Amino acid sequence: MTTVDNGVNVEALLGAREVLKGAPEAAAFTWRASSKWAHGVQSQVKIQNYFGLGEEQSHKSESVFDADHPEIFAATDNAITPIEYLLVGLASCLTAGVASVAQNRGIQLRSVEANLEGAHDIRGILGADSDVRNGFNDIKVTFSIDADASKEEIEALVAQSQKRSAVFDALTNPTNVTVEVA
Amino acid sequence: MAASHFLSAASLDHVVLERGEVANSWRRERWESLRLLTPNWQSRLPGVSYDGPDPDGYMAAGEVAELIERFAKVARAPVRTSVNVTSVRRADGGYQVTTSDGDLASLAVVIASGACNRPTVPSLAGAVPGPVAQLTPFDYRDPSQLPDGGVLVVGASATGVQLAAEIQRSGRPVTLSVGEHVRLPRTYRGRDVLWWMDRAGVWDQRHDELDDLTRARKLPSPQLVGTPERLTLDLNALAGLGVELVGRLQMVRNGSALFSGGLRNVFSLADLKMNRLLEAFDEWAATTGAGAVTAAPERFAPTRVPPSPRWQIDLTSGEIRSIVWATGFRPDYGWLDVPVLDAKGQLRHEGGVVDSPGLYALGLPVLRRRRSTFICGIEDDAREVIGHLARTLGNG
Repeated sequence: MTTVDNGVNVEALLGAREVLKGAPEAAAFTWRASSKWAHGVQSQVKIQNYFGLGEEQSHKSESVFDADHPEIFAATDNAITPIEYLLVGLASCLTAGVASVAQNRGIQLRSVEANLEGAHDIRGILGADSDVRNGFNDIKVTFSIDADASKEEIEALVAQSQKRSAVFDALTNPTNVTVEVA
Repeated sequence: MAASHFLSAASLDHVVLERGEVANSWRRERWESLRLLTPNWQSRLPGVSYDGPDPDGYMAAGEVAELIERFAKVARAPVRTSVNVTSVRRADGGYQVTTSDGDLASLAVVIASGACNRPTVPSLAGAVPGPVAQLTPFDYRDPSQLPDGGVLVVGASATGVQLAAEIQRSGRPVTLSVGEHVRLPRTYRGRDVLWWMDRAGVWDQRHDELDDLTRARKLPSPQLVGTPERLTLDLNALAGLGVELVGRLQMVRNGSALFSGGLRNVFSLADLKMNRLLEAFDEWAATTGAGAVTAAPERFAPTRVPPSPRWQIDLTSGEIRSIVWATGFRPDYGWLDVPVLDAKGQLRHEGGVVDSPGLYALGLPVLRRRRSTFICGIEDDAREVIGHLARTLGNG
């Protein structure tokens, strides 16, 4: 029997699940980002520190993300549009889920690719029509997965990854957001 | 009552306390049209089984009450009715039981009050605008009780799909809020799907063999209804009746109900699980030769996703006049003054042996095996749990 290795340490995750069942305080994480206006509609966001397992934590290094808007918005297009970062988050979250669930179910993955499309009516953000919402109307994710598994098993991986995805939940369900001036 | 049967067999002196009359919840706390999900031939109790003309039919609530009453007589159970237990506490190596009819001292107590004493209503119900009527399955008798106009049924377990169907048929347009659910066809390969559960060994899975017992015990009841026509009542059937499907109700904000945008995935999860179960049935039929007494394997159409499910309904617009909370039930252990509940209010027990000497439970979901959730599961459970009780008392 060959050993399935998708590079996910499932034992550690299952261990954490058991420990955190009885320690909800340790399970309370806070993720942080800090942004700074650059110029025009461009800004830069930096991420390094977060809180979890009862103490301050730090990524190995700081990550820097630029966001701008396209030239057809009369902007400089030095970087991707903020709403596209939602697709970045969704794609990477679902993919991580597919890999983890596959590891747990003993399914060897060879390749996992996803194409995402977010349908967006920009009349909302322009204020051109108050009946149109600002955000995505619809997001479509199409996975192409090559693995040692049946079609049904692959569909089940993708379904389970949605069920356990933080970003899928954040996008499909309402969240209270508080924005203040310091 | 089943416990009483085995206690009598073991010559153990006991009494059965019933807050109302025998089979009280079946008489008073269920809606008019309710029938059992299990076919009559499966509705067996120790020494009593269905002997009527329709073994494949499904008992109405009144017939279940009659069955249990008949069982009480056959078992000669020492039942004291209209006795409400207000407290059970540890005392002198046993238990002190306080009731509306005086106190009892007992070496052992078997909790058989079930898992469905109170309807569960999510806290977001508090944010529903006042003019919208709200009912639980305990309040609901039939559709005529509801105001005319739209009805939001929250929850798509057996209760939710059954109420959604009959309310829609009454002319009130129903919107059904669907979270994770269990889809099953009423019949598969010409046999009741619960025949397959019974015979193919699914119901024999023991509590200590399950990967995730907590999950198994929390599983919503399957989307089944017992009708003479043996109709399947899945979400496709409801959509066919004109019921509008929306995602799980997540929040009521500024008078609007907000539903999850993840509806497609709960459909996929339920379809995939149903198909895995049917495959397991097929494998069992092929290995055991049972395929000879059933029709050919079949597969059902995937749950149809509405083109653009709504994720928001304004509850102040008058579109929705009432909400029915089919969001499950919970046990009521308010009278149990023994520290044996977990953080979620569920009884801590190992196959019915509660975490306090001499305290036992029967009649809870997946108590000892999957079959425990159903009437036909009680015989084996009661035999084993009372066996443990008798051995413990014998040693003491």
